[in-house]
Amino acid sequence: MAQFFPRTANSIARFSLLGLVGAIACIAGGSYLIVESPYETRQGVPREQPIPFSHEHHAGDLGIDCRYCHTTVEDSSFANIPATKICMNCHSQMWAVAPVLEPLRESLRTGRSIAWTRVHDLPDFVYFNHSIHVHNGIGCSTCHGRVDKMPITWQAEPLRMQWCLDCHRNPARYVRPRDQVFNMAYQPPRNQDVVGAELVKEYHIQSLTSCSTCHR
Amino acid sequence: MIRLLPILAAAMFLASCRQDMHDQPRYKPLAASTFFADGRSARPIPAHTVAEDQLNGDDTVHTGWKNGEFDDTIPVPVTLSLLQRGQDRFDIFCSPCHGRLGDGHGMVAERGFHFPADLADDRSRRLPPGYIFQVITNGYGGMGDYGDQIPDVNDRWAVVAYLRALQLSRHATMDDVPTAQRAQLGAAQ
Repeated sequence: MAQFFPRTANSIARFSLLGLVGAIACIAGGSYLIVESPYETRQGVPREQPIPFSHEHHAGDLGIDCRYCHTTVEDSSFANIPATKICMNCHSQMWAVAPVLEPLRESLRTGRSIAWTRVHDLPDFVYFNHSIHVHNGIGCSTCHGRVDKMPITWQAEPLRMQWCLDCHRNPARYVRPRDQVFNMAYQPPRNQDVVGAELVKEYHIQSLTSCSTCHR
Repeated sequence: MIRLLPILAAAMFLASCRQDMHDQPRYKPLAASTFFADGRSARPIPAHTVAEDQLNGDDTVHTGWKNGEFDDTIPVPVTLSLLQRGQDRFDIFCSPCHGRLGDGHGMVAERGFHFPADLADDRSRRLPPGYIFQVITNGYGGMGDYGDQIPDVNDRWAVVAYLRALQLSRHATMDDVPTAQRAQLGAAQ
């Protein structure tokens, strides 16, 4: 009986081994790309809301301070979504009959909450506290981006652990003076490495990278 | 059986993609709820609940009233840090309508909300601090109450104190500036 496989089959077998390794690498790499892509992280994806609220208009054009609506951000782990009443401080008179604000008026009439879609949704095994970051000189825009330029709100950063650690390992790169925390247009100075290191010292900022800092 | 193994392996692999740890059976702040009839996980405070802080709620510091009249003094120590805190809170919560100068030309007013009174006019300057505190707490006319947004009464008194400083500065003349600093002021202009 003649040999079933020709001599070249040896090479093909060897190459196909290489191909197998390549295929596994492709699947692993492809999965990684998908997992890190906006499809998974929702980075940069505008989220639909019951009212197309524009931060660009309120925080940007009108210059309303973040804390006017997100009142608890300095004292609480959670930066609250404003109550209907806070919207009504202005919208009792402004755009008071605009159809686009009907869900707001309905909320006031019925006492039911507006079902906003959460834009920044950390995994439930992550502990995050707004107040400590705000008090230690981490600006809103460092994590939330230029919210004052967002007509519809999206998540500006990937919110991956790697991204958190990037700052936790080296806070001096991102820290800013406390009075600039709520300044959306803040630009770090050219000598941020020097200024940042001084602020880290002044604010007693620790580089916390132990697991239990966030996974508690 | 052997042929089923890859399928089994694939099933186990896919099962590991469940998000149980990401989405645990608990509520995040302000999350929606299917359990409560009003759809909220954040429960409203039951009627007649008295918070710890409210136990002193009827004295001057908490109401602005003193012996049946509005207090015409500020019942907390007025320090530089109190004024700075007041400026901070004023710029956040009051300036959208009243303007940073308190002249009633804030951005929201400019865009159509009715213009509030000039906070440095003669009438406003005569208002007792207790009255201003009470307006911040309970609102006045078209202005909603700010008790929820400025929950700490000391912060409300800080705003009152800062408003007094703002009124003084709006009516200040060159004579009020210490001689040593006048040149500095000229240079700024």
